[in-house]
Amino acid sequence: MSFVPQNFEIGTPVSPVSAMIALKGVSKVYPATRTSASVTALDAVDLTIGTGEIFGVIGRSGAGKSTLIRTINGLETPTGGSVVVDGVEITRLAARPLREARRGIGMIFQHFNLLSSRTAYQNVALPLELAGLSAAEIRARVEPMLDLVGLADKRDRFPVELSGGQKQRVGIARALATRPKVLLSDEATSALDPETTRSILALLKQVNRDLGVTIVLITHEMAVVREICDRVGVIEAGRIIEQGKVFDVATRPRTETARSFLAELNGAALSPSLVARLRQDPCGTCRTVFRLTFSGPLADDPIITRLARHLDTDVAILSARVEEIAGRPFGTMIVTIDNAHGASGAAEGFLRSAGIETEKLGHVA
Amino acid sequence: MSPDLLALIGRSALDTLYMVTIAFALGTAFGAPLGIFLATSGKGELFAAPVANRILGVIVNATRSTPFIILLVAIIPLTRLIVGTSIGTTAAIVPLTIAAAPFIARIVEAAVREVDHGLIEATLAMGATPLQVVRKVLVPEALPGIALGLTLTIVSLIANSAMVGAVGGGGLGDLGIRYGYQRFMPEVMAAVVVVLIVLVQVVQSAGEALARRVNKRIRRA
Repeated sequence: MSFVPQNFEIGTPVSPVSAMIALKGVSKVYPATRTSASVTALDAVDLTIGTGEIFGVIGRSGAGKSTLIRTINGLETPTGGSVVVDGVEITRLAARPLREARRGIGMIFQHFNLLSSRTAYQNVALPLELAGLSAAEIRARVEPMLDLVGLADKRDRFPVELSGGQKQRVGIARALATRPKVLLSDEATSALDPETTRSILALLKQVNRDLGVTIVLITHEMAVVREICDRVGVIEAGRIIEQGKVFDVATRPRTETARSFLAELNGAALSPSLVARLRQDPCGTCRTVFRLTFSGPLADDPIITRLARHLDTDVAILSARVEEIAGRPFGTMIVTIDNAHGASGAAEGFLRSAGIETEKLGHVA
Repeated sequence: MSPDLLALIGRSALDTLYMVTIAFALGTAFGAPLGIFLATSGKGELFAAPVANRILGVIVNATRSTPFIILLVAIIPLTRLIVGTSIGTTAAIVPLTIAAAPFIARIVEAAVREVDHGLIEATLAMGATPLQVVRKVLVPEALPGIALGLTLTIVSLIANSAMVGAVGGGGLGDLGIRYGYQRFMPEVMAAVVVVLIVLVQVVQSAGEALARRVNKRIRRA
């Protein structure tokens, strides 16, 4: 089994052989009703997701991400375009072959959607019962699944007796019981606390690595994307407005929406009091404010002290944060530089030549 | 109270049980599937058939809005067609069933509609057929509500069965009217009331116990 995400380049079309999921011009328009105008939930979405990849779709509520993920298993029927999963065009299937295809696509949900009348074991067994497997076959599949998600000791517990994280583990075991090639995750960690979220994401990553399952997840949290995704698409008003490797989108966002998602994430956001004092034009005693973004090995470079020594000027750090995105260090920093003798212009040149993305935000007195 | 009277009360109680049991079984056989259909045939639902849904809804409401004593007499021709006679305890099962079925249908419908839509979606995503969704998800998940509703149905069947004396049916209600009221025997009336109270009490407790048993949404120590 081959895992290709590392080989993806932005803008490079994925070859059809390695594409697990391909959406072409997928649109969903809800017709107008007596009380409301027609709503375009998806607007000609093109998306290719490679085999073995973890792809994130990030967007605000109402952006269309829920509709998007549901076109992949045919819970939503697009009004235009085609959806192909593992070589099968989902959008053209009749009811029966669509049911067959759905067995190859697992799904987990924000509110878990476990049957309250069934134990953990029985919940995981459900998709296998639906597929008509014998009790012995079901047992042979369910038990390893419960082991995989670490719930072997909870097999006879009802959902009411499980914590949120445990319920989602049952949900994951259930989604994987039919050995699907694709796992769809619909805000699967949104109802969980941060620590549980991390453990569930780690489990998803493990499943992706060990079973080779292609994962598509939708979320409104950049932290989730950063934690496990290989690539990400930013969705707004039914369109994918930006997509690429997580590291690239996170370090060099091209759209305002992507930037706003990152702002929630990066500590180096501007404080409100600084924003209030920030002005467009320089003044005699003003200091210039820069946002510096450095990635990869540069994050370890003592660039600020080098800058101060080089220009013989004062550099003040207002906020700074270094974190890991997709396993690579990534730092952002807000600094002010004394502009007394036009030093800020020289500083900008120095930083740029050192390979640091430098953005002049304005001036403060 | 004479042994004859006691035997009479005993036989009347058995008549009541006979009518209620059969009418309940038949009413459930017709009403439960009808209720499931009503709950799943609205626009955009599992077995979407909005027109049939609307029509059946009107029929159910019509039956439910007819007072039982009127229904009892109004459907005499139908009763004769089915049982061969319109008089007697067995004949009374027909109107009792026809009154119970729509009642059960609405109760089952309400319980099934309470099931979280997310469960239906999750099950469809696993490749379930609509019938599998009903069998594996809707019915088991709605069972606690259905059990309580069916208990209510039995209690109201017992109440309705008291009226079948109007068409020559037997049972405790008939006994109370003929002996207790028309023959001025207050002790018979009192005995009938006591037996009915005990009967309803037993049914209610058993129904609640069953509902608790099938309800896995409550955390147990």
